Amino acid sequence: MRCGHEIREAVIRRQVSAEEVTRAALASIEALEPTLHAYLCLLAERALKHARVLDQRIAAGDDPGPLAGVPVAVKDIFCVAGEVTTAGSKILANFRPPYSATAVERLEAAGAIIIGKTNMDEFAMGSSCENSAFGETRNPWDPSRVPGGSSGGSASTVGAGSVPIALGTDTGGSIREPASFCNIVGLKPTYGRVSRYGMIAFASSLDQAGPMTGCVRDAAITLGAIAGHDPRDATSVDEPVPDFCAGLRTDLNGIRIGIVPEFEEHIAQSDPDMAALYRRAYEDLRALGAQLVEVHLPHVRYGLATYYLIAPAECSSNLARYDGVRYGLRVETDKDVYTMFEQTRAAGFGPEVKRRIILGTYALSAGYYDAYYLRAQKVRTLIKRDFDDAFTQCDVIASPAVSCPAFALGAKTADPVAMYLMDYFTIPMSLAGVPALSVPAGYVRDLPVGLQLTGPAFAEAGVLGVAYAYEQATGHAQSRRPAVMAAAHR
Amino acid sequence: MTRVLGAAQAVAYEPVIGLEVHVELATESKMFCGCRNRFGAEPNTLVCPVCLGLPGSLPVVNRRAVELVCKTGLALGCSIAHVSKFDRKNYFYPDMPKNYQISQYDMPLATGGAVTLPSGKRIRLTRIHLEEDTGKNIHGGGAMAAASATLVDYNRAGVPLMEIVSQPDLTSPDEAGEYLAALKAVLSYLGVSDVKMHEGSLRCDANVSLRPVGTQDVGTKIEIKNMNSFRSVVRALQYEIQRQTDVLRAGERVVQETRTWDEERGLTYATRSKEQAHDYRYFPDPDLVPLHLDDEIVAAWRAELPELPLAKRDRFLAAYGLSRYEADLLTGERTTAEFFEAVVAHCGEPKAAANWLLGDVRRALDKHGLTLDATRMRPEHLATLICQVRDGVVSGRAAKEVCEILVRDGRHPAEVVAERNLAQVSDRVAIEALVGEVIAANPESVAAYRTGKAKAFEFLVGQAMKASRGRANVELVRTALRARLG
Repeated sequence: MRCGHEIREAVIRRQVSAEEVTRAALASIEALEPTLHAYLCLLAERALKHARVLDQRIAAGDDPGPLAGVPVAVKDIFCVAGEVTTAGSKILANFRPPYSATAVERLEAAGAIIIGKTNMDEFAMGSSCENSAFGETRNPWDPSRVPGGSSGGSASTVGAGSVPIALGTDTGGSIREPASFCNIVGLKPTYGRVSRYGMIAFASSLDQAGPMTGCVRDAAITLGAIAGHDPRDATSVDEPVPDFCAGLRTDLNGIRIGIVPEFEEHIAQSDPDMAALYRRAYEDLRALGAQLVEVHLPHVRYGLATYYLIAPAECSSNLARYDGVRYGLRVETDKDVYTMFEQTRAAGFGPEVKRRIILGTYALSAGYYDAYYLRAQKVRTLIKRDFDDAFTQCDVIASPAVSCPAFALGAKTADPVAMYLMDYFTIPMSLAGVPALSVPAGYVRDLPVGLQLTGPAFAEAGVLGVAYAYEQATGHAQSRRPAVMAAAHR
Repeated sequence: MTRVLGAAQAVAYEPVIGLEVHVELATESKMFCGCRNRFGAEPNTLVCPVCLGLPGSLPVVNRRAVELVCKTGLALGCSIAHVSKFDRKNYFYPDMPKNYQISQYDMPLATGGAVTLPSGKRIRLTRIHLEEDTGKNIHGGGAMAAASATLVDYNRAGVPLMEIVSQPDLTSPDEAGEYLAALKAVLSYLGVSDVKMHEGSLRCDANVSLRPVGTQDVGTKIEIKNMNSFRSVVRALQYEIQRQTDVLRAGERVVQETRTWDEERGLTYATRSKEQAHDYRYFPDPDLVPLHLDDEIVAAWRAELPELPLAKRDRFLAAYGLSRYEADLLTGERTTAEFFEAVVAHCGEPKAAANWLLGDVRRALDKHGLTLDATRMRPEHLATLICQVRDGVVSGRAAKEVCEILVRDGRHPAEVVAERNLAQVSDRVAIEALVGEVIAANPESVAAYRTGKAKAFEFLVGQAMKASRGRANVELVRTALRARLG
């Protein structure tokens, strides 16, 4: 399948109907599902109905928007009215929300066809998609490997070319890491840029929705569609939404790109091949006209520890509502209501979710709050200041997105800390709330790897601009083909 | 001073009492969503994804609720925080949709201030904060654990709730009652709440400890819950003070715990020990941003405050020549005070207006289960009735009958007087005839009067009034009786 903006042009010009595009996407997904298991449910009837309405509107001379007729997959963490929304958890296996997430409503208002709900780590807790209660998703570049997580299903289906665009969420790297593993573009916007309403919460102060796409232009278009203040989300920011496509550029003249020695040391120790790839990427940026400058982020080495106090603390409270009283799983018991709570939660949550609820409950407990949660918030402020300082010296920071390419299924499931370390390069940006993107940067041991580009708050246009120039100049995503791919790409 | 253990019986104790009052705010919509805030609707009809805590739903602060809390704070002399925030209070309970309550922990909207009792004593406040109410569990029977089924009504979940915490400045149960009455008066003046304790829009928990009289010791604090009226607060405190006195006099220690008031049995019983106390794991709610209030908005709210009960009482004392007792009662509720002033504006008789409102009007309201808000009687109707009595158009006794009809049916007094033929009889001939009948029918009383029994005269007056169904002009009856009996 082509890029989303190309599909839109073809649909608007009536070279192809939205219904045909939708059927092709559904066919591709169905063909690949036995291998990839990227979806928790397909919304075929709903999608075809919307596509037909859209075709009628186009026939009547309407312009249904910047994503007209483009099939889009959404992570199963986004509520879609009347459709089962599980967040990858057994505890919500039967939950049908009576409303849609703002991001979903805005995608549909832009003409997108929501094609299905993608697999994910349970409640977005994980970096491999193996924590889904409904089975793991596989990587289209090598089905014996993970697609990354938690937005693994979205990354896998876009990476395989079944849909050009998917919606993911990123709390500590859940868009960027799987984007890197599946050779696609993944953008975590500024915290507050996209409404969280109707997006099932993991860690409220970190969660952010963003596009996962085959190309940078589609990321810019999708962000434009979903961004903007939402009166239903008090943390969404009333900041003007620019035309993100207007900032796309093909040279980097006059752009200062920050390189972070703290990150480079870490990648050099983790994987010399990775370090070499990123060095080439920085040289490519320089060749495009950018000036490389060294910037320090002295506190990022505390990022992981900080994150694993704040995120579990928030999740322990956010997930308290899953008690079997009002919706979702209920384990019936003859005993009292607290026994029902306990048995429901024991049966409904997977081990990683339980681990984080316990971590977070502990971190918030009387006597520990100051030492853990409060201290973590202070470090978070320091990390935020690091980025503020760095952006006085550069426009965009370039860094690794990940410390290795996609790993084998099961390789890290027994070692939670090894799994947590996968987010080493992505967590600091989440803590600082700044926008960051992963763009395909080439291959290590024949597996794709992403380059992370980070900008100041609300400077997504600048980040997308650099990513576009790099993508156009290097063409890494187009230079090879995944092992598992949609027929249209063959 | 040292005390010998054996002399413990001799020690006199005094109570130290602090109150936590929860007030449901009379906003149009709930605290964090657009659902209507209304009492008594069909269960679970005033709910939405937000107040049901559905996955992905998010709270948005109701600015009107913030305004009402700040106005309460301003009326009570609190300082209003320029920056405050909302926190999550985490605990599991089935009437709480998210299993946490959005409340304010360490940065409440208002701090300081005081409630002034009628005596002039100031009961200092610690803080006033804003939170959301929970739903209501309706048990199938017995205690929750034993109930066959428990139903939950979430209509109340998310209703804005203001918590007013006093310092332990109260020294008797009666003072606690006065505090609640004074606070209720301020709240009703501000119009921030319905302040109906029986509907739960005003709820009160009490903290009480004892210390030897004259010391500044800090005794072990007991929290009492489940008091459903001002009277039950006073009773529960009386009971608890006696209980703790007995414990101390027996040479034992008071154990820190939460106790529940049992209205029917008139006692408190332990429900939660210190060891069982929740760790609420408060932390700032990441779904909400800190609340900033600038000086302009606070000044604007201050300018909108109405005249408050104590100021109004002092003005009533000075302007209307009322007794302190009357002024206190009339200014206890804003509706009563405003009704009174409207009546006075129409008839110019403040003393009579006070008498009627605090006497016959109050009795008629109670009899028909009405309140001044709910009655259709208009101030000008009562004013007309007062003028009719003053001008001798109706007798005092007939006016009482008219008053009840005014309260019950909201009709014009002239209409009622005409319809019921209640106009006062001042016709001399008719009065003479009436008096003649009474004398003829009560020879024993006449004889008794003539032997010097003054009481007998009043009896005969009463008989004449009764015979005329209260319509006879009582002064003319007296004159005629005196003339006939010599």
